[in-house]
Amino acid sequence: MSKAAELAALIGSGQAQGDKNLIINGAATVHQRGNQTASNGSAVYFVDRWNMYHNSGALAANLQQSTVVPSGQGFNNSILVDCTTVDSSVGAAEVALLRQIIEGQNLQRLAYGSSGAKSLTISFWVRSTKTGIYVVDIYHADATARTQSHQYTISQADTWEYKTLTFSGDTSIATDNDNAATFYVQWVLMSGTDHTSGSLATTWQNQTDVNRFVGQVNFFDSTSNNFYLTGVQMEVGDVATAFEHEDIATTLRKCKRYYELLDTTIYPVNYSTVSLANFFWTEQKRAQPTLTVDTNNGGFNLYPEQTSGGYIYKSSANSTAVLNMRGNSEL
Amino acid sequence: MIIKNAKYIKAPLNNPDKKNTGVKATIDGVESWVPMDEANTDFAEIQKQLAAGELTIADAD
Repeated sequence: MSKAAELAALIGSGQAQGDKNLIINGAATVHQRGNQTASNGSAVYFVDRWNMYHNSGALAANLQQSTVVPSGQGFNNSILVDCTTVDSSVGAAEVALLRQIIEGQNLQRLAYGSSGAKSLTISFWVRSTKTGIYVVDIYHADATARTQSHQYTISQADTWEYKTLTFSGDTSIATDNDNAATFYVQWVLMSGTDHTSGSLATTWQNQTDVNRFVGQVNFFDSTSNNFYLTGVQMEVGDVATAFEHEDIATTLRKCKRYYELLDTTIYPVNYSTVSLANFFWTEQKRAQPTLTVDTNNGGFNLYPEQTSGGYIYKSSANSTAVLNMRGNSEL
Repeated sequence: MIIKNAKYIKAPLNNPDKKNTGVKATIDGVESWVPMDEANTDFAEIQKQLAAGELTIADAD
């Protein structure tokens, strides 16, 4: 196929359009929260839009933004999961998942639940100390839970490798057109037999856990193990195209729909018997956010007002400033 | 998610009926103000733990 015909085909398929990547912050450039540690039973967010979930009583991991990247690809950052305590005896129900959750209204282009349901392709750069078979799983969480999973192999330890996986479209079940969690796109790092003892579901099927993580190695078998991921792209079609690098302002704006550090100081005003100040997010939130603040020496209470702002309030005069408001409306 | 010291709060402004509008709690060690929005995942977790009897929420002042 000539280059012109190739380009025409890509335009026709929609793959050559801008904003093709359904993953946000796939190059790990935005990191508003700072580094974190994994927590048993919790989805811990670290690099924006990315969280790690595990339910192991044994393992521990540092979750970081790294500057280790594949050479010559234009990346400056990656996601790093650094095993600090092993789980050498994985319980049947235990899993460890590095994942991004996508809201339904951003998936409507896939036309799921119709005869025109489109396939999608996930491409990424990965590097791990632990070689062997790994799994990427998509969990569709709407009314009828569905899953599809594919394996990839890390062939060489501590060496960047480029992977592409194509997931078929689902003509049976539509994605909800709302702001709730619809796709859990999951890089599996560890799994017990409850998720590995069946046959891998390489086409969409109703959730059957034993068919989801078949063949997965245990990344958490050595404290020497590091897992890096960057250049993650999920796009419509059967072909992986070049990673869509974004300017930092675009990626930051997308991330702030889910989490925002309001990097400023809020000064309250005294109204005789109360003190009060409004604040406004720089990006409207997906839902009303949970509020926290880095410094609140005046003991103010914080109140969100819908999805674009809120106020701080105290029922006495107080002029102490509030520093670094944070709003979390992650999925 | 570890939720402690949960207490209902009432927004002092734009709340003529003085309804509960949120929950103040220490979530994973961080003092947090959680709106009563079904789409907020922290509020969903609070409801889940409440239903399971794993959490109690004190009345608002």
